[in-house]
Amino acid sequence: MRNIPISALIGLVFTGVYFLMAIFAPLIAPYGLAEIVGDVWEPSSSVHLLGTDSIGRDLLTRMIYGGRTTIFIATAATMLSFTTGAVLGFLAATVGGWVDQALSRFVDLMMAIPSLIFALVVLSVMPVTIPVLILVMGLLDSTRVFRLARAVAVDITVMDYVEAAQLRGEGRIWIIFREILPNALSPLVAEMGLRFIFMVLFVSTLSFLGLGVQPPAADWGGIVKENKDGIVYGIAAALWPAFAIATLAISVNLVADWVLNRTTSLKGGRGG
Amino acid sequence: MHPVLKLVSQRLALGILLLFSASVLIFVGTQILPGDVAQSILGQSATPEALANLRAELGLNDPPMTRYFNWLYAALHGDLGTALTNGQDIATSMGRRLGNTLFLAFWAAVISVPLAIFLGLLAVRYRDRWPDKLISGVTLASISIPEFLIGYLVVYFVAVKLGWFSSVAMINDGMSLLEKLNAIALPVFVLVLVVLAHMMRMTRAAILNVMQSAYIETAELKGLSSFNVIFRHAFPNAISPIVNVVMLNLAYLVVGVVVVEVVFVYPGMGQYLVDHVAKRDVPVVQACGLVFAGVYIGLNMIADIVSILANPRLRHPK
Repeated sequence: MRNIPISALIGLVFTGVYFLMAIFAPLIAPYGLAEIVGDVWEPSSSVHLLGTDSIGRDLLTRMIYGGRTTIFIATAATMLSFTTGAVLGFLAATVGGWVDQALSRFVDLMMAIPSLIFALVVLSVMPVTIPVLILVMGLLDSTRVFRLARAVAVDITVMDYVEAAQLRGEGRIWIIFREILPNALSPLVAEMGLRFIFMVLFVSTLSFLGLGVQPPAADWGGIVKENKDGIVYGIAAALWPAFAIATLAISVNLVADWVLNRTTSLKGGRGG
Repeated sequence: MHPVLKLVSQRLALGILLLFSASVLIFVGTQILPGDVAQSILGQSATPEALANLRAELGLNDPPMTRYFNWLYAALHGDLGTALTNGQDIATSMGRRLGNTLFLAFWAAVISVPLAIFLGLLAVRYRDRWPDKLISGVTLASISIPEFLIGYLVVYFVAVKLGWFSSVAMINDGMSLLEKLNAIALPVFVLVLVVLAHMMRMTRAAILNVMQSAYIETAELKGLSSFNVIFRHAFPNAISPIVNVVMLNLAYLVVGVVVVEVVFVYPGMGQYLVDHVAKRDVPVVQACGLVFAGVYIGLNMIADIVSILANPRLRHPK
């Protein structure tokens, strides 16, 4: 852990700060989430560091709670998409035959429709609640994880140690979790970073369109929606989420790059 | 049969098959749910009479298979049904909006495609030096921000601070082409920013791939200038991957349009779709979903076909 490159360190620090802010939001936030504490769109001052929002709530408080919602939904959806995608991908690779064909062709079909459009179609009949959002986003995104997991696992299933495990009489579950998973972990972890960012962008977009997190709960996309009318009058309140999302995305990217480099170099040369 | 013709007709057939399956998926996505559609449209407090009326209107009393084939049959004949919210014919209200959206996407493509290819070539020419690093840095930043926020950043800095162009893009039939172009300047700019990054990165990667071939080394060794090597030798061989990249990004543009239209209050398909999702107007959402999926699948199919046609090994079989 001593040789962390500076870029990965910056990424780790920022990602850590965002996650800590999300976890301890109620302790850090200076005011209550829905508390009206000032005038409409006050400029930043010592009392309100980022100013106030469209109905006089403290913007910093909203941003902290918003980060909590956004990061929570993105994390949960990433977990869901990884579990479904990876398990189905490994299953397709190990079982092969018609199971592989059916799953792969279905995933091709799902990916033929843009995910945002398909999410909108589904959300038009579903109640828009946080569990439904996580479910829709996670399942739609698991198609991409499925492709990666299957591609990686197909290469691993032909290895000698997998054959040895099969001859030894291990079951399919054992082979998937004890033989394939540990060896497929590094590309999957790197991909997880990218998927997480994509989820943050996805949920922000849905909330901005009014089809994600519903008020009075805050999330970064929703904050843009609430404050967008101020932009025409030169009030930059709606632009803070841009800053937050961009820094989070870039720092997670830096960490993912590092994880990928580190694990691949481990494979290449010992001790290097 | 000529192998190219065979491959192309296979792609066409595959595209059509995919489109039909996508229509099934869109239909299923709005139908098979816990509870029924009428209930979730009207909410928990709906009276039984209202529910029964809506069910009859949506044809929910028929089995799903019948409903799907009725819907598909009508859609193939250009009848997309009527909107629940205002009772208007969907095909007519969609026609004008589709035109507006294509107008916006067309100009975004006209600007972004040559620009992306040029910048991609530039990045390859000055690989690992500051122009390349600058281009990659800007690309990473623009990929990390969602489209709608790029939109508002542009509105804030260009429309409000600098006072150029208007922050809403209203267009109507009475406007001349120049007025229309002026109105859509900002949304086009945002869309260009959104797709430019992806397109440039992929162009760069495609050309770099070609640059490693033996004939490029030969061209370099016989003393050609580096721009000549890239334009005369690398570029023609990178056409097929680049066309692929361009088509993929145009497909991406189709989705980006949805969000950008909402930001700039532009009367196009995206705005139409988002409005009606919020109103839970299922027939409109299905119709829009079908059109978007059709455009997306169509562009991907064209990308496949062009890359088949651009491959000389397939054009002149041994």
